Amino acid sequence: MSGGHHDVSYLGVRGGHWYSWKNVWSWVYTIDHKKIGVMYLAAVLAAFALGGFAALAVRMELFEPARTVVNAAGESVTTGQWLTWATGEERGKQITPNNAYNRMFTLHGTVMVFLFIIPSIPAALGNIFLPIMLGAKDVAFPRLNLLSWYTYVFGSLFAIWSVIRGGVETGWTFYTPYSTTTDWGSTTSMILGAFILGFSSIFTGINFVATVHKLRVPGMGWFDMPLFVWAIYATAIIQVLATPVLGITLLMLVFERTFHIGIFDPALGGDPVLYQHFFWFYSHPAVYIMILPGMGIISELISVHCRKRIFGYRAIAFSSIAIAAISFLVWAHHLFTAQTPALNAVFSALTFLVAIPTAIKVFNWVATMYKASIAINTPMLYAMAFLFCFTIGGLTGPPLATIAVDIHLHDTYFVVAHFHYVMMGGTVLAFIGGLHHWWPKMFGKMYNERWGMVGCVLVFIGFNITFFTQFFLGTQGMPRRYATYVDEFTTLHQISTVGSWVLALGMITHLLVFLQSLVAGAPAPKNPWGGLTFEWEADSPPVEHNFPHEPVIVHGPYDYDEVVPPHCDERDYPLPAPLPAGSRGH
Amino acid sequence: MTTAASTTRELLPHEAYVPGAHWRNAQDEAEAAKLGMWLFLGTEVLLFAGFFCAYAAFRLWYPDNWHDASRYYLNWKIGFANTVVLLLSSFTIVLAIRGAQTNRKWMTLWTLVITQACAAFFLIVKLGWEYAPKIAKGELPGANFSYDHAQGPYDHIFLSVYWISTATHGFHVFVGMVVIAWAMWKTLKDHYGPRHYTSLENIGLYWHLVDVIWIFLFPLLYLV
Repeated sequence: MSGGHHDVSYLGVRGGHWYSWKNVWSWVYTIDHKKIGVMYLAAVLAAFALGGFAALAVRMELFEPARTVVNAAGESVTTGQWLTWATGEERGKQITPNNAYNRMFTLHGTVMVFLFIIPSIPAALGNIFLPIMLGAKDVAFPRLNLLSWYTYVFGSLFAIWSVIRGGVETGWTFYTPYSTTTDWGSTTSMILGAFILGFSSIFTGINFVATVHKLRVPGMGWFDMPLFVWAIYATAIIQVLATPVLGITLLMLVFERTFHIGIFDPALGGDPVLYQHFFWFYSHPAVYIMILPGMGIISELISVHCRKRIFGYRAIAFSSIAIAAISFLVWAHHLFTAQTPALNAVFSALTFLVAIPTAIKVFNWVATMYKASIAINTPMLYAMAFLFCFTIGGLTGPPLATIAVDIHLHDTYFVVAHFHYVMMGGTVLAFIGGLHHWWPKMFGKMYNERWGMVGCVLVFIGFNITFFTQFFLGTQGMPRRYATYVDEFTTLHQISTVGSWVLALGMITHLLVFLQSLVAGAPAPKNPWGGLTFEWEADSPPVEHNFPHEPVIVHGPYDYDEVVPPHCDERDYPLPAPLPAGSRGH
Repeated sequence: MTTAASTTRELLPHEAYVPGAHWRNAQDEAEAAKLGMWLFLGTEVLLFAGFFCAYAAFRLWYPDNWHDASRYYLNWKIGFANTVVLLLSSFTIVLAIRGAQTNRKWMTLWTLVITQACAAFFLIVKLGWEYAPKIAKGELPGANFSYDHAQGPYDHIFLSVYWISTATHGFHVFVGMVVIAWAMWKTLKDHYGPRHYTSLENIGLYWHLVDVIWIFLFPLLYLV
């Protein structure tokens, strides 16, 4: 085939060089879901770097129990001096080193949650691959998609501006009464930033739900969809249903700060615990906005790189929906120390329910790997790292859901370790794994497999050193969010900090591998891994409307035992011998 | 079809409408747009649900004070007048969609004008007869409450819920006026007809939602 715009890759530039103004405008005004996805990818990776630096600074500060140094003015400063320079002095107000520490972990939390994890997989990878996996040319509302990106950038600028102006020290949860009474920093603009970011999330969610409903290629039923699509669909539903509640909560918080309306202020007859209910009604489902897309990626990685039909397709698909549904019923388990025992019992029981669909997924993934021909490469290593870390993260959930245990562990490093094992050991590992998996398709270049695996091993080791120690810290009683601690915890804190350096080294390795690939990577074939979903039929990188012709659905997304993957050699992907008549396969 | 083909005049925008390049046909596009709108309306309901939850919580905690404050600070007649105009405007915007479906441009345009007038009436009453006197008397939310004849210790909390919920609703009415103005312009330029009136229908859905939220706010704040 020759001629026509269909032959041009979406990254290609017609009538200009990559550095030309014409090319810049083609990105600024683009409504192509892949370009918007790439712009999201760049933005969330920048946010990830910012949040990562803040995390390193926090760990750095915790390297020793308390430092005593003498500053330029001859005063003795105990701790936080590492961070004071980074957050700046408040004009006319004395900022203590402890405030600086608060600002740094708040920066880490808000950036990682609102700027990085929530948009990471859906808005970057989902944006690029959801329509392609459905055989569609674009998402349902391409202009809304672009608006979502600009809204994201606008909201992010608010958040970053708040940090530059002096920072926020409430933690990412903005708990009242501290968030309404603290009169320095830039709490209001940070809250507004999170409010604006919520709109971007809602736009993406609406777009994806409509896309899945209306743009599946003819003949593709709900159970012919790849599991990544199911996961993104479940995520989009939570985004649509939960984010508005966060929006109104943050709006009331802004009213509280600016007009002192008093509904969260006990002095005026309000109730701070009301804020916690409002906040977690969104933010607990938001936890599943973060993890569900990661689970979707793992379903793809495991079945493609094990060359095997996924075990229990429907169970995985429905467990995504089940998790989405249960996520709305467990919010008050964050309030075990702030409400009545009767309510606690109800929410404790409901919280245990989450373990069921989650375990269904993990068992199905492991069952898929059973007797499979597993390819060892970076995406598969990440899938296995995910299974390891996410299982630890998941299994430390039930102890926290048990009220009696939670009273001991509440607000300790045990909680910090638990949610990092789920958020980072789950979502971030899946995200990086998916990034490697789809990198050849997105940019048409292969990455260096050996160094990719080195990076993965470094990340895995660093991650576990950093956070496994924190389980011990938590059970021994180290409370979270403190800049200083008693001497007994020194060794564990130092191990954790060293782990964070290994983790950083792994991330830098990945960055270098990706940069090397963009500059000098070998051209990617159409189907490097032998996948069966639609994106592996498209060019690498895909053409402007994804496919030269609307694709035809002739096999299921995981029929590895029945068809040779498109653009692949039959000898590399031998089909299993037919089963004896009368027997049933998996 | 045959009559259009036999004439030589240029097609009007709504007759010549083609769906976006990524759609298989115009019907899929219109259905997706409506689905998207319903999802958005879902988010709006959940947004206002936050106010209703706050309302429920404080009403349970301070029932007597709440009742007295509602009676004392709010005039049901003003609220009732606003309810009537909003209901009327919901009816006229349906007529506007009917006008597009039956290819009667002037019916669409005039019913939109009436809808717009109702919305303006609502906002003028809200600002001129409710907000302005309240600001003058100091019947303000939370810590800004400075009214001399308080009915109970938690009047300011009632007024907080009143102000934030009605102000947010009023903002939605204002946004509605902006999009209805846009629909009037589109009508004038012949963008709506029997084959294509998606955005007009979606604006209608939005306007009904604004109406429905008021239908809940009015009895909860003014009558209960």
